[in-house]
Amino acid sequence: MSITLTSPVMVILGGVWALLALATLVVWWLAPAPDSELRQRIRSWWLIVALCSLALIFSRAAALVFFGGVSFLALKEYLTLIPTRQTDRRVLFWAYLSIPVQYFWIGIEWYGMFIIFIPVYLFLLLPVAMVLNGETQGYLRAAGTLHWGLMSMVFSLSHLAYLLVLPEGEYPHVSGPGLVLFLLLLTELNDVAQYCWGKLLGRHKISPTVSPNKTVEGFVGGVLTTMPLAALLAPWLTPFSVLDALLAGALIAVAGFFGDLSLSALKRDLGIKDSGNLLPGHGGILDRVDSLTYTAPLFFHFTRYYYF
Amino acid sequence: MGYAALRLTFFLLIVKPFLLLAVGVNVRHRDRLPAAGPALIVANHNSHLDALVLMALLPLRLLPRARPVASADYFLRGRWRAWFATRVIGIIPVAVGSGRSHAEVLEPVRDALAAGDIVVFFPEGTRGEPERLGKLKTGIVWLAQQLPTVPIYPVRLHGLGKVLPKGDWLPVPFFCDAWVGEPLRWEGDPSRFMAALTASLGG
Repeated sequence: MSITLTSPVMVILGGVWALLALATLVVWWLAPAPDSELRQRIRSWWLIVALCSLALIFSRAAALVFFGGVSFLALKEYLTLIPTRQTDRRVLFWAYLSIPVQYFWIGIEWYGMFIIFIPVYLFLLLPVAMVLNGETQGYLRAAGTLHWGLMSMVFSLSHLAYLLVLPEGEYPHVSGPGLVLFLLLLTELNDVAQYCWGKLLGRHKISPTVSPNKTVEGFVGGVLTTMPLAALLAPWLTPFSVLDALLAGALIAVAGFFGDLSLSALKRDLGIKDSGNLLPGHGGILDRVDSLTYTAPLFFHFTRYYYF
Repeated sequence: MGYAALRLTFFLLIVKPFLLLAVGVNVRHRDRLPAAGPALIVANHNSHLDALVLMALLPLRLLPRARPVASADYFLRGRWRAWFATRVIGIIPVAVGSGRSHAEVLEPVRDALAAGDIVVFFPEGTRGEPERLGKLKTGIVWLAQQLPTVPIYPVRLHGLGKVLPKGDWLPVPFFCDAWVGEPLRWEGDPSRFMAALTASLGG
């Protein structure tokens, strides 16, 4: 999967950098205050794009370490937010250790183990560790919340990384980094498109109790933007036919929407949306990867089922 | 000087990477921290990591002057622990909970401050329950009275008691917060001083 300067991945990445530069100019013009939220947001985007580009271009190992790091930060943020029992400290430690193991299965391309390690083995073994501690108070909640976090932040997100090792040469122009880039780009652009269409035309709230900013107009606008974008990018990065590209675009848009909503529901449940905390500033990573926890596994299985 | 290099190495190669990668401390108002000694940094206390975090918040050039106050009973027990605590970390050992007068217990702390050191001090006296501020002991009032010109920097720590609680040796990653409050100065009224300090430590 060596990438040369003329590979489609490099061309599209170049386009992303150009787009971000353009967005930066627009934001500078829209928000002149140096510490405004828009400017802070664009600065983080530069960091994300730079790190993703490096990880995708450098080597497979670098990309696996990078995505493993994202899983670690996401799981850490999740476990910081939810209530945990002090008796489960060692169990949580094992849960963290599952991250390098899960990404190791990807590195050695052991699909069978990759796909059952967390849903089967950890699902059964971590509760055993909890039971052996002997604390039954809050057992179901502890086991359930831990598994939910592992499934979302480690299992689901690691599908992004398994895309790296999926292509085996059936399609000469398709590379692992290309598939990852396709999914990342469309997931994030769909978020942006939904936000913009919602701001422009949003009238009808889609789920007022979970996320009052989500509207039918934003959702539909997102789907209708992401589908043609997918068709446009697919010939460069994927083996998809036009119809499949449109379907993949729709899948990413709908899945991304529900991933976002699911994390919003979690934050509502924990009461952290409105808590003007004495110690603010938690968060950030979950807000960025929320859509991906849904789009990564669904897009992965769509691609694997039809093409690999 | 040899120990200063050792401490710098320990912080650069072990403490800082550990805090950055495994813990992730979110610092608010780092700019409020002292740029020079003498200074007293006071914080709530739930974990052995507290002193390391507070020292790591300081710029590296101040590290040789940073000295956490710690229990002599605990940290001087055993030859290697004592060597590590006094030489590498640079603790000021004091006899806590001994029923002696403030002057007897805290004299070495006063001397370190008088010499221009940055002293890290936990006014609860010991590690309490995570996220619950225990009653502050009056030693801090005595110190402030003795050295009324030394600024006092309250830092509220959150989450470190989950990463490494009392009685455990295995750190488990969680995000943590350190909130640096406005510096306090001794103004002559013990009860008002204690109330202000308790409030800035989250009590």
